[in-house]
Amino acid sequence: MRKCLIVALAALLLAGPAPAVAQDRSDDGAEQFIPITSYRTGPYAVSGIPFFDGFLDYLKMINARDGGIEGVRLSWEECETAYKPDRFVECYERLKNRGERGAAVFNPLGTPLTYAVIDRLPTDQIPLITLGYGRTDASDGRVFPYVFPLMVNYWSQNTAKIRYIAGLEGGLENLRGLKIANVHHDSAYGKETAPVLARQAEQHGFEVEHFPVVHPGVDQKAVWLNVRRYRPDYVILRGWGVMNQTALKEAARVGVPADKIVGVWWSCAEQDTIPAGDAAVGYTCSTFHNNGTDFPLIQDILTHVHDVGDGSGPREAVGTGFYNRGVINAFVTVESIRTAMGRFGARALGGEEVRWGIENLELTDADIAAAGATDLVPPIHVTCADHEGGGKVLFVRWNGEAFEPASGWLETDRDLVRGMIEESAAQYADEKGITPRTCES
Amino acid sequence: MFYRETGQYKTTYAADRAIFPIRQDRVAMAVLLAVAFVAVPLLANEYWLRSVLTPVLVFSLAAIGLNILTGYTGQLSLGTAAFMAVGAFAAYNLEVRVPEVPFLVAFVVAGLAAAGVGILFGLPSLRIKGFYLAVATLAAQFFIEWLFTHVGWFTNYSSSGVITAPPMTLLGFSFESAQSRYLLTLCIVAGMALMAKNMVRSELGRAWMAVRDMDVAAEAIGINLMKTKLTAFAVSSFYCGVAGALWAYVYLGTVEPQAFDVLRSFEILFMVIIGGLGSILGSFLGAAFIVLLPIFIANASGVFGDALSAETIAHLEFVIFGGLIILFLVVEPLGLARLWQIVKEKLRLWPFPY
Repeated sequence: MRKCLIVALAALLLAGPAPAVAQDRSDDGAEQFIPITSYRTGPYAVSGIPFFDGFLDYLKMINARDGGIEGVRLSWEECETAYKPDRFVECYERLKNRGERGAAVFNPLGTPLTYAVIDRLPTDQIPLITLGYGRTDASDGRVFPYVFPLMVNYWSQNTAKIRYIAGLEGGLENLRGLKIANVHHDSAYGKETAPVLARQAEQHGFEVEHFPVVHPGVDQKAVWLNVRRYRPDYVILRGWGVMNQTALKEAARVGVPADKIVGVWWSCAEQDTIPAGDAAVGYTCSTFHNNGTDFPLIQDILTHVHDVGDGSGPREAVGTGFYNRGVINAFVTVESIRTAMGRFGARALGGEEVRWGIENLELTDADIAAAGATDLVPPIHVTCADHEGGGKVLFVRWNGEAFEPASGWLETDRDLVRGMIEESAAQYADEKGITPRTCES
Repeated sequence: MFYRETGQYKTTYAADRAIFPIRQDRVAMAVLLAVAFVAVPLLANEYWLRSVLTPVLVFSLAAIGLNILTGYTGQLSLGTAAFMAVGAFAAYNLEVRVPEVPFLVAFVVAGLAAAGVGILFGLPSLRIKGFYLAVATLAAQFFIEWLFTHVGWFTNYSSSGVITAPPMTLLGFSFESAQSRYLLTLCIVAGMALMAKNMVRSELGRAWMAVRDMDVAAEAIGINLMKTKLTAFAVSSFYCGVAGALWAYVYLGTVEPQAFDVLRSFEILFMVIIGGLGSILGSFLGAAFIVLLPIFIANASGVFGDALSAETIAHLEFVIFGGLIILFLVVEPLGLARLWQIVKEKLRLWPFPY
């Protein structure tokens, strides 16, 4: 037995490096390679699986319906990150030179993952799209040319949330004296909104108390007792993964009404509300895209991908929060590549060219209507200095079966957030010795 | 036939006490070092250097650290990742607050800071043993993670708590390329491994092993238990601290408490167990096994192409990995280092069976 083991180990050692190089699938050349660093295992797989299924389905749909972008077919390869920064770095290094011109753009779907590669991007000349997550101050494109926290970043999202609460209270002036509890995931992601909340509390005269929840957040009894003792008027839920459903259940148990809880978009999916049962009815949360399947773009995915049996996941997942978010990520990625092809020609593009495409991405209402995504996503306009693109935020309410709109598309407080972003980015530039580019051309 | 020490006479005590008393071992080691220092940086591509070999080296260092404590001194610890975190944060804070300090000095300070914390959390080991000590070190793990998440001073009041590691420059040379980073890690790890090897062969190492085998007997023959156990904690934490600084600076490029969670501690413990308790070589083998195997499985499953979904492959990785760990522990509980030793013993007699 021991002899067998030794022989097997020796064989493994000899065979080890062989397959690592033997799987480059783009042989006909005219394919645009998109790396997919997904997580289908680990504590956050419940969010990762529908998201990356949506992402993949959209790419499959583009290949099936249009034959690729401007005739250039898309190719991709998945790499499992398990939501761990070190695994993501490994995946990033593995995939960055795949395909004819290397990886076009990475979509890590994870704030810790984003941070792990930010410093490598300028050297490798590969852009990073972090749609609705990641490093907030990367919205300052002068300091972070390769990072794109598109649509709405965390700070902007938070200002919209305060506006939504003000709307319920009948105006911004009525915020004075309110008590808001910020129940957040105790991580870099969770703490990211603390500065903007502090700034807004000062501005509008409300009071904020922070309640951290330790990862992964399956036990929150003590936290919610403290929240109850604080007697907040509103609770901001800044959760992630399994923490969300637990929070909703515990809130109901201690008697914090669900309609006073306003969640971030990572606490805004069927995976969070359905397990919480009745405790989630009336719960409101923010999104930067709409849910459901009543959009031509989503219908196209059903027709061209699921109807021919090529769907990445179950058909029922189509239209759920995370699935649609994956679709939107892929949509923005594809439209950025299309923009870049408008300048560089319809061929496989490298990272630097795609970066130009993202930076010059402009989707007006008409463009979005043409793509069949009216009301699915708000218009977006990225510039050299503004890597956020000025999206809007929609609030949706869980009615026990589905999320229904609870507001129109709300504007964010751009003036406040932009100032804070520039401050924070300048501090980063100073620490790292970066000279911000000028954005004139 | 080839691996036999016949005719190699030892004429001095020094020769008798050498790390590699057999000439073939010395030649093999020289070849291995030459490959690692010269051939690998020249031949391996960036992916292999940056994201496969560098983490293997860093984890080897951490595993050596834990091996000193658990394998040689017999003190079970689950706080390895916490000591790594102390190292990473100490190096970062020193560099941010005193930017003139060269990063190598910061790495040494990182080790010293971790050693200090290690001694502090090693104090319970004077009274408790075995599983109870494991629980006590688990406290270190949770406390230190909590501390770095909650006390803003350590992260220089960064809003997210994730900080990017400062650039590494030495005498005007910037360690940016994959080759330079690999070589830097290799130099540090090889040097410290040599030190560890010599330490465990010295009086100190023998005292550690005496405490491991039976602490009452060790005390009876005049070994100072407190001093021995605490030096083991200090030395072990020093190694872990340097490994943590390397992990943050050389590999990840960011310093964040979540990179050093309890799962990381377990991972390093598994490396030590699979590699072989009480063996420096085993630390390297164990680290290589734990880091390389998932990457190998993920790459090998690419052979199936689209036949298997990414989801199946991800889960398959866990199944194969777990299965292999069980297989190894059943077939050779003493670890990979023991397997290597058996191979060497067989080689000496080859081609005769005994």
